[in-house]
Amino acid sequence: MSSDEDEWVPFSRRPEWSDVKPVPQDDGPHPVVPIAYRADFRETMDYFRAVYLSGERSHRALNLTAEAISMNPGNYTVWYFRRLVLEAVDADLNDEMEYINCVASKNSKNYQIWHHKRWLAEKLGPEVAQKELEFTKRIFAIDAKNYHAWSHRQWVLDALGGWQNELDYCTELLEDDIFNNSAWNQRYFVITRSPLLGGLQSMRESEVSYAVEAILSNPENESPWRYLRGLYKGDPNLLICNNQISGVCLQVLKTKHNIIFPLSLLLELLCHGFQPSTEFVSAVEALRTSVPESSSTSSLANTICSVLEIVDPIRSNYWSWRRSHLPSQVC
Amino acid sequence: MGYCKPYGIKFISWTIVGGFAGTIGLDPHLLYTLSAVQILALLNRLDVLDIEMISEYVAGLQNEDGSFSGDMWGEIDTRFSYCAICCLSILHCLDKINVGKAVNYILSCKNLDGGFGATPGGESHAGQIFCCVGTLSITGSLHHVDRDLLGWWLCERQCPDGGLNGRPEKLADVCYSWWVLSSLIMIDRVHWIDKSKLTEYILNCQDSENGGISDRPDNAVDVFHTYFGVAGLSLMEYPGLKPIDPAYALPVDVVNRIFFSKF
Ligand SMILES: [Zn+2]
Repeated sequence: MSSDEDEWVPFSRRPEWSDVKPVPQDDGPHPVVPIAYRADFRETMDYFRAVYLSGERSHRALNLTAEAISMNPGNYTVWYFRRLVLEAVDADLNDEMEYINCVASKNSKNYQIWHHKRWLAEKLGPEVAQKELEFTKRIFAIDAKNYHAWSHRQWVLDALGGWQNELDYCTELLEDDIFNNSAWNQRYFVITRSPLLGGLQSMRESEVSYAVEAILSNPENESPWRYLRGLYKGDPNLLICNNQISGVCLQVLKTKHNIIFPLSLLLELLCHGFQPSTEFVSAVEALRTSVPESSSTSSLANTICSVLEIVDPIRSNYWSWRRSHLPSQVC
Repeated sequence: MGYCKPYGIKFISWTIVGGFAGTIGLDPHLLYTLSAVQILALLNRLDVLDIEMISEYVAGLQNEDGSFSGDMWGEIDTRFSYCAICCLSILHCLDKINVGKAVNYILSCKNLDGGFGATPGGESHAGQIFCCVGTLSITGSLHHVDRDLLGWWLCERQCPDGGLNGRPEKLADVCYSWWVLSSLIMIDRVHWIDKSKLTEYILNCQDSENGGISDRPDNAVDVFHTYFGVAGLSLMEYPGLKPIDPAYALPVDVVNRIFFSKF
């Protein structure tokens, strides 16, 4: 299947480059760390240096940057120069977008590539919003937590729009993997920022239900527990009044499994003035079988910390710190 | 400063616009400018710098909203806020930027879990948290951090194997020993993690035959994870290591030399 066309031809043997004198890298007379470059890479960079220094903004310079990028997509100066050339030769930016998507699919964790994409999307404007969202979706199909792709997606939504299906998309991702913290973060981003949803307060009730359901299916999942608190950020009085929230703590505690997060949230509720019914007290009491007798007269908050010190030994210092810093009304 | 990628520089290359590039012939960038300044600080050779020119270059990258771009092309990220502020602080030039606005931008990146992301709304990530907490520490603004909430999120990063991860549900990696521990120290909550288990994890990532430290046990070693592993051990006061400053990522004696003696 291999053809001669695919074989790399040195620039020195390409007639269209015969007028250019390559500029070799100057590492000084005594380089500290001499690097052994491959011959094709070295030659490409020597020609790149030549056009970069002469400031040649031409189609052949554009092709040269593509070759240099294919050998090292992390060289940011090559990318910068490519943008200068694109502007100078008035290139079709939609073609450029196709090119960069191809490069990005293969190097999805490269800062320069995502930055180049953003530069292009900014120039092309809202009409590419949908395409950009689709592109990040393809990246998430391979790596649902790719930080660069998430940054890009948030930027697209903020700058170019396309919010219509974003909450559904979060739901879809969380159906695939309910532990995906990036998707939970995006969910919070959407309900707090989407111009179509009316903001955090109007989304609160339905989101509490969504998080509670997620917790009940996987009580060991850190993300929805934090999400619940986030829904009442700065509003602890409303947090402690919501029966669904104290209810989910109780429900999970009664199973006696995965009790770290419900105990931690219940502790939070108590510290903000939640008045526990006897049901809460006995659910926690039932967990302290292995706790020394001496603490039997302590408060509920105190007991919670003691239980956590034992069931979460790697963080026992944290829980004992919490115990010694309880607000006076729950000591 | 990609979190698992090269953070240092191979060569120091100074360009006429006042910043440093990754290697000779490239354009300047904040990442390399900070690395160059840190290396010269280590070597006690800050005197070779044209401080006026470098600080002008760095200050020129601050945007109207207080954020910093990495270079003239405008990519914005809280990593660059850290690079700029750490660099200017080492050069005693913080007065060249609007520190209040820089701090406010960092605070706009704070999340519901107490952590910080790369941009407002970006997911909390231990590497970004280091940058944001480091910036707040250097500018004397740590009172804006919810220490208990962030401290708990950070100590939740300790996995059953003793190592630290950078986000929920991710694998532990030696480099997070630095990003997580340094942040915990800056907010005075490092006693919340299990230091002996973490020490054991880092030591298990050593190549006991040829030296060096890898990202996780039995992987190939590299210079970056070796640095982060040693730095993490230093933060935990491992015997025989010099103490390292959690905000500047430089040995404490170097930081003292910068701030308590004239150069
Ligand atoms: Zn790493």
